[in-house]
Amino acid sequence: MKHDFIENNIGIMIVLIAVVISFGGLAEIPPLFFLNSTTEAVDGLEPLSALELEGRDIYIREGCHVCHTQMIRPFRAETERYGHYTVAGEHVYEHPFLWGSKRTGPDLARVGGRYSDDWHRAHLYNPRDVVPESNMPSFPWLFERSLNPDGITAKMAAMRALGVPYADADLEAAPDALRDRSEADALVAYLQQLGTVLN
Amino acid sequence: MSSFWSLWIIALVAINILGSWWLLQANRKIAKGEGATTGHEWDGIQELDNPLPYWWYLMFLGTLLFAILYLIFYPGLGNFKGLLGWSSTGQWEQEVARAEAKYQPIFDRYGQMSVEQLQSEPQALKMGQRLFATNCSVCHGSAATGSYGFPNLTDAEWIWGGQPQAIEASILHGRQAQMPAWGPALGDEAIKQVTEYVLQVSGRDADPQLAQAGAEVFASTCAACHGPDAKGNPALGSPNLTDAAWLYGGSRAEIAHSVRAGRQGQMPAFADQLGHERVRIVAAYVYSLNEASGQSSP
Repeated sequence: MKHDFIENNIGIMIVLIAVVISFGGLAEIPPLFFLNSTTEAVDGLEPLSALELEGRDIYIREGCHVCHTQMIRPFRAETERYGHYTVAGEHVYEHPFLWGSKRTGPDLARVGGRYSDDWHRAHLYNPRDVVPESNMPSFPWLFERSLNPDGITAKMAAMRALGVPYADADLEAAPDALRDRSEADALVAYLQQLGTVLN
Repeated sequence: MSSFWSLWIIALVAINILGSWWLLQANRKIAKGEGATTGHEWDGIQELDNPLPYWWYLMFLGTLLFAILYLIFYPGLGNFKGLLGWSSTGQWEQEVARAEAKYQPIFDRYGQMSVEQLQSEPQALKMGQRLFATNCSVCHGSAATGSYGFPNLTDAEWIWGGQPQAIEASILHGRQAQMPAWGPALGDEAIKQVTEYVLQVSGRDADPQLAQAGAEVFASTCAACHGPDAKGNPALGSPNLTDAAWLYGGSRAEIAHSVRAGRQGQMPAFADQLGHERVRIVAAYVYSLNEASGQSSP
């Protein structure tokens, strides 16, 4: 094919560019959907409880993933500080995953159990009360707002449709698990389970 | 990976490299002569139609060669692992093994020594400080002076005991405080009374009448853990109420709140995360803070 011809026919050029670019994606992306290491849960992985799932949505709403990653890379400097490096099988029930791409604050992939519930509550209310050097924003409204149990069943059904193994009983019990709980309760519950399946 | 997807990747990579090479060759024009133009002209400015510079052509070939060599030595072609056998986790394991070989003897040596012996090892205390900054300072503060709900480790007041063994046990296995919520059982009046009594035993202004009534409430309800003299019991993690150190604030309102709603302070366990040797070193550092402040441990 002559170069002149491609340059003078913009439609063909667009098609050819799309073909060339798609080669990389076709080689890299579709195989991942069929790999055991990326599609099978690690041993002992449980779907998030109703309260934790609500906490996860608050985590997303408040933009926690903008400053905190949930991805420990296989470097000694990271595994010394945060624990075992992250593996794909830990995230198969996550839709979408919250690996993040920037660390203004520390990685949270294994923060579960690292601090007490009280610490998390104090820290979310005003981070500087426990870490004077912190530049994390305060989230006092999480303690005033209570969870709304109405949407949780539909949310869990949607997760189930995406492949998260919730039982019918989980869905039925979900609204009660959220009654009279604050958003802070949910977020702390979510944080306290992060990464606990591997150590 | 199944062999289908392996072949899929290999085929796409091969097509990509061959296609790039073909594109380069197909468009490598024979020189039309110096100054030949494409025929485009705008406002008297003409576009020259020179062939690709030779150095540029060679660099393109170089990138193709790099890609081929990379795919031979590193994993990239489906299931083929590459001649070097490199993997990201393998690299991590090597990195960890190298560090272990270097540092483990040091940790082993310090792990054999007691917390007291480590006090005369400046290097161990320095390591302890680094470990403290990474693992402990988030709750206890970078100067270990604590904050509301998180104990100050530099003073002589120890909720779970300040002896080396007690400090080490706190770090290894964590601690779970169990101050129950007495609100429902005692009622508002008794809480008011016992609060005055606690203020009185800690040497502050209190309503004497209420405090007198509070003494009885204390004896029947609180003394089991905090002791008849309110001096606490490190074995139970019940704090001394007669001193000036207050984990949750010593105001009248805070004390009343502690009685009414209880307190469940929690220290997480670090045995799994740090291992015994590192815990010993951190314990030595924490112990040294107390020594440095000139206060003996109880």
